[in-house]
Amino acid sequence: MVEEENIRVVRCGGSELNFRRAVFSADSKYIFCVSGDFVKVYSTVTEECVHILHGHRNLVTGIQLNPNNHLQLYSCSLDGTIKLWDYIDGILIKTFIVGCKLHALFTLAQAEDSVFVIVNKEKPVKLPKSSSQEVEAKELSFVLDYINQSPKCIAFGNEGVYVAAVREFYLSVYFFKKKTTSRFTLSSSRNKKHAKNNFTCVACHPTEDCIASGHMDGKIRLWRNFYDDKKYTYTCLHWHHDMVMDLAFSVTGTSLLSGGRESVLVEWRDATEKNKEFLPRLGATIEHISVSPAGDLFCTSHSDNKIIIIHRNLEASAVIQGLVKDRSIFTGLMIDPRTKALVLNGKPGHLQFYSLQSDKQLYNLDIIQQEYINDYGLIQIELTKAAFGCFGNWLATVEQRQEKETELELQMKLWMYNKKTQGFILNTKINMPHEDCITALCFCNAEKSEQPTLVTASKDGYFKVWILTDDSDIYKKAVGWTCDFVGSYHKYQATNCCFSEDGSLLAVSFEEIVTIWDSVTWELKCTFCQRAGKIRHLCFGRLTCSKYLLGATENGILCCWNLLSCALEWNAKLNVRVMEPDPNSENIAAISQSSVGSDLFVFKPSEPRPLYIQKGISREKVQWGVFVPRDVPESFTSEAYQWLNRSQFYFLTKSQSLLTFSTKSPEEKLTPTSKQLLAEESLPTTPFYFILGKHRQQQDEKLNETLENELVQLPLTENIPAISELLHTPAHVLPSAAFLCSMFVNSLLLSKETKSAKEIPEDVDMEEEKESEDSDEENDFTEKVQDTSNTGLGEDIIHQLSKSEEKELRKFRKIDYSWIAAL
Amino acid sequence: MGEFKVHRVRFFNYVPSGIRCVAYNNQSNRLAVSRTDGTVEIYNLSANYFQEKFFPGHESRATEALCWAEGQRLFSAGLNGEIMEYDLQALNIKYAMDAFGGPIWSMAASPSGSQLLVGCEDGSVKLFQITPDKIQFERNFDRQKSRILSLSWHPSGTHIAAGSIDYISVFDVKSGSAVHKMIVDRQYMGVSKRKCIVWGVAFLSDGTIISVDSAGKVQFWDSATGTLVKSHLIANADVQSIAVADQEDSFVVGTAEGTVFHFQLVPVTSNSSEKQWVRTKPFQHHTHDVRTVAHSPTALISGGTDTHLVFRPLMEKVEVKNYDAALRKITFPHRCLISCSKKRQLLLFQFAHHLELWRLGSTVATGKNGDTLPLSKNADHLLHLKTKGPENIICSCISPCGSWIAYSTVSRFFLYRLNYEHDNISLKRVSKMPAFLRSALQILFSEDSTKLFVASNQGALHIVQLSGGSFKHLHAFQPQSGTVEAMCLLAVSPDGNWLAASGTSAGVHVYNVKQLKLHCTVPAYNFPVTAMAIAPNTNNLVIAHSDQQVFEYSIPDKQYTDWSRTVQKQGFHHLWLQRDTPITHISFHPKRPMHILLHDAYMFCIIDKSLPLLFMDLLDERTLVAVERPLDDIIAQLPPPIKKKKFGT
Repeated sequence: MVEEENIRVVRCGGSELNFRRAVFSADSKYIFCVSGDFVKVYSTVTEECVHILHGHRNLVTGIQLNPNNHLQLYSCSLDGTIKLWDYIDGILIKTFIVGCKLHALFTLAQAEDSVFVIVNKEKPVKLPKSSSQEVEAKELSFVLDYINQSPKCIAFGNEGVYVAAVREFYLSVYFFKKKTTSRFTLSSSRNKKHAKNNFTCVACHPTEDCIASGHMDGKIRLWRNFYDDKKYTYTCLHWHHDMVMDLAFSVTGTSLLSGGRESVLVEWRDATEKNKEFLPRLGATIEHISVSPAGDLFCTSHSDNKIIIIHRNLEASAVIQGLVKDRSIFTGLMIDPRTKALVLNGKPGHLQFYSLQSDKQLYNLDIIQQEYINDYGLIQIELTKAAFGCFGNWLATVEQRQEKETELELQMKLWMYNKKTQGFILNTKINMPHEDCITALCFCNAEKSEQPTLVTASKDGYFKVWILTDDSDIYKKAVGWTCDFVGSYHKYQATNCCFSEDGSLLAVSFEEIVTIWDSVTWELKCTFCQRAGKIRHLCFGRLTCSKYLLGATENGILCCWNLLSCALEWNAKLNVRVMEPDPNSENIAAISQSSVGSDLFVFKPSEPRPLYIQKGISREKVQWGVFVPRDVPESFTSEAYQWLNRSQFYFLTKSQSLLTFSTKSPEEKLTPTSKQLLAEESLPTTPFYFILGKHRQQQDEKLNETLENELVQLPLTENIPAISELLHTPAHVLPSAAFLCSMFVNSLLLSKETKSAKEIPEDVDMEEEKESEDSDEENDFTEKVQDTSNTGLGEDIIHQLSKSEEKELRKFRKIDYSWIAAL
Repeated sequence: MGEFKVHRVRFFNYVPSGIRCVAYNNQSNRLAVSRTDGTVEIYNLSANYFQEKFFPGHESRATEALCWAEGQRLFSAGLNGEIMEYDLQALNIKYAMDAFGGPIWSMAASPSGSQLLVGCEDGSVKLFQITPDKIQFERNFDRQKSRILSLSWHPSGTHIAAGSIDYISVFDVKSGSAVHKMIVDRQYMGVSKRKCIVWGVAFLSDGTIISVDSAGKVQFWDSATGTLVKSHLIANADVQSIAVADQEDSFVVGTAEGTVFHFQLVPVTSNSSEKQWVRTKPFQHHTHDVRTVAHSPTALISGGTDTHLVFRPLMEKVEVKNYDAALRKITFPHRCLISCSKKRQLLLFQFAHHLELWRLGSTVATGKNGDTLPLSKNADHLLHLKTKGPENIICSCISPCGSWIAYSTVSRFFLYRLNYEHDNISLKRVSKMPAFLRSALQILFSEDSTKLFVASNQGALHIVQLSGGSFKHLHAFQPQSGTVEAMCLLAVSPDGNWLAASGTSAGVHVYNVKQLKLHCTVPAYNFPVTAMAIAPNTNNLVIAHSDQQVFEYSIPDKQYTDWSRTVQKQGFHHLWLQRDTPITHISFHPKRPMHILLHDAYMFCIIDKSLPLLFMDLLDERTLVAVERPLDDIIAQLPPPIKKKKFGT
């Protein structure tokens, strides 16, 4: 059972992977990218997330490899700390507290004891470091001021001899040795020809004194001879027609990479205008470009939250795709009943299937199936509505394009799930299903219904019922959708539609009036009218509350009607923005909007008193919400939390952050597989690995059993933690061999009674303590052995301790014991 | 109604000819420019880029190469196979000498200036020794298979590089034999072109040879080993010219797309001595082929088919950021090609090989200031006078009464008498010109059209009396003993008593026409005279110099006027001094002697700035005539430039 804490609103993945440049490991095996408060480590080959480095309490703003140890990674965050990680094991090594918001981080091999950060006063600082675990870094020295916050606008060149920074129309170059700054200015916007001369990004040549700068008008300038304010010179490369988003030199400096809104990666060879190569059709604006230190890979981060790993020969080799948040969401949040994936608008014209558990996009379904032309001011076809029906067997989508008031292009598509291909296949395409925009779309999801039924409501005043019929001909058997019934009510616009849980009733709202229709005969059964404004949301109660119908109006009234008595059961004043029923319980979640923020109410239709209220869940407008059924039900006993037992509620705010409610503390919540994997690293974590890994574990268990039966405690090396740790801990964090040797031997000794083994060292310890405290160094050795053997036998205590820490710990222990002895 | 009625004349279809080569002389800071019609012009870069001298062209002389040697001596060579030397004092051709190698494509003077090298059609490279008054053939180098299109000396004078079709040869000067032959890649963007023409080579002192070719490449070769070091593909079309700075730290190339690229020798890193050539800035000041480039210490100079001569200053080399540091484009000649008959409202236009006479249109309408008046009578093209022979016209003039036209070529002087009978015009050549009137640099009629003043290229000034259909030679002012400087500007006073004449450098001489003797000499000024005129009544001589200074000199008093002295004391307005085109004409308001009307190529005082103004004069006190030449019309008459894909079209 989980300990019950307060329910908190937490971010649940879907954070930007493209916020900063991704960083490659030295061997190009891993790629690191910032993701909200975490740093994610991906394999460049399999695209799988290997580790999530968590520890920062705010947005991570910069990551860099430790130039002196390429197995370590620095990260900085808005929380004012710099952390040093062992990324292979996912261990936090050190934390440096700077104290002010850090916007970007740079490391240099030449500046051994310092790193460079951008702080809020718009100045990068130097910060010396000491070697203890948590240290406050106070020695800051300012290098440059009046710079841009984005790390794209700073670059270190020629092995740290100078740093270049751009902002607006200025390029500043600071020389560390001379401690001088040269500043170069481009003619500004007053001149029409140079109106878009602004600098956007900068990069430095790895071996030559050459600075490349990108500009708003798509030009790339290569600056040379910039030691002299007068003799400086530059040359232009111009291919991009829109702003240059990022630049990067290859490791040897022979080619320059650039990217922008054209979604084309351009490689300029030898920095000449005529010699360039392209990698087109990358899908979305290139935001960042980075190059692996080994030189074999490039990667581009895109505005649709995607990282593409590209081979040196300009062939895309892997795609790491997060939740696409590029555009506005029309379809709302849906759950695919089969994969339990979150479904919403993705890339232009696509539906994306996003796995909430693994924070990963599963796949894209191309709905519009037309080439997307990325141009400003072009009116695109928008995917406006989508709905799943019949347990995920059917998917209905609506797309529209409205160039002028009178010219509406509308298309409804019905997709059938194909078990063979494990995907949706277009079954029926209906042109202009209505004369005007479709406002609502719903399937009849009743279990007993023999015929799939779909209802669409439109602004043209009609709702239409579509049913699946036989469409076979002499060539093949086929099914297709046709219109079965058209209903209307006094020419009012149909705004919402909803089937009851058993599928017997259909509720359609016509502006202020709710009509109830029999789904068998399509007779109008009754109408409800509250004169409280147009109906915004409509839904039936579920399970025990299925006799209730709920409607939220635009005037801020929530009504509940009893379908048996055909009367208003209760109403409440609540400006409901989002109303979602839980498919697994009677609960309904409503999010209301006020000037301060959004509040959540969870209630059952049967009683007007809410089960749970959480005020101020978000400062911004909440746009969509959805209940996601849990795989394993939780068991909250507290009444207030019971609504979270079967399902989890996710919602999406206007700024497109995906949030949910959680009771766990973040440390608990983050129990990824990484820690279990830790012991058996070396293998890349592929899906096969998971299967095989489990398989092997089972084998091991079986083996153990048999061994236990047959032999008397023959120690299996695999099962002795001390040895497994010794074998699996990376070499660079291992203590000295002399120290390990005794530990290793100790662990191999057949201890008859583990208990006695545990007690003996304690005795020794006490004796030693009595003897003398001067011979520390001699004692060191034995004590360490005991320590490690203890930890080895014990469950899981942190075992990698530095000498000084060990000493300290021992002191504590000695103090403790003396105190006991005194007693 | 405004102060003036202005005739805006746009029917002067003048097209300057394209620039073929330029040669920069570092010693005198002068630039020699040759055009496709054979004209050679000398610009003085110190004197506000003024075109101080010109040598008229000749149909059969297509200049292909131009170079300065032995300090101030100017040589040219062309497709007629001749090497010519120009006399910069007397403004004529000293001699022409056949090289006997077919058309000459290239010429280069040795670093010491004592030897001249020409590359010929038949593949021969010929070495000439420059003697004080002539050149003398010395020897032939090893003959190559195809024409030698470009030549360059090693700064030590021991080796030369010669660019040909598909290869570059390196010669040893002592032995005259080819040391290396470097084959140039024909590949052009992956497609094999028929031939790769090496349009230009440059030999640097460290042994590097830079070549530019028709495949759009700039290539660096090591002359010691004969190997290609580096190649820059810079254009989709030919790269036609190259010029290296004297310090060898930068060079400039011009392409057929109209782009000029600047290359600089830049240190690889700040703390290493290793340097590399880097393409830096492209300049697109031309619409057509850039046929030739030059590199002065402070500027890149380029010229081409689009007839513009462009001076692009190098900002890092310019000490003071004044108006000298601005880009300059010279399109029109700095002399008057138009003369006007005030009495009959006629305009005489001078072209390279013909003259055109037009009668101005007239109107009866009146309007407010700034109105465009409708023409009641259109302008008439009265006469089209073609010259005989291949030589270009040097100068021309129509008399104020409109009944005489005079023009001159290098070898002949022509005088015509015009008779007007209603709308018909009859033209009669005055024959039997005296032998000394062979060629003239400047012709001027007196205000009453009775006298003709001719400045001949021997430095003499002739006065000819005109009466009826005949003429009489009155007098010749011979130049002062010892000087051979040609007079190229004349001005006569309206009362006909005074004649002012100016040469290219010395002061202005004022002659008394009545007494036929030298009256006085205006003190010499540092900058050449661009225009002068004598005011009516007061007989003040107004002189404009190329640095935009204007002096007023009283002829009767033989001294500068008070106004001129005060102006010199106070100085002109800086906007006036910053104008970069010289004043080409001065005239006076007949009723208001205080007003002086000045114009240069773009501006008449401050009236018109938008269109190039070639000529402006007062017809009478209320009427002004202005001849304009829109640049777009010139470009429309040029051959089409290389088509380039423009983004977004």
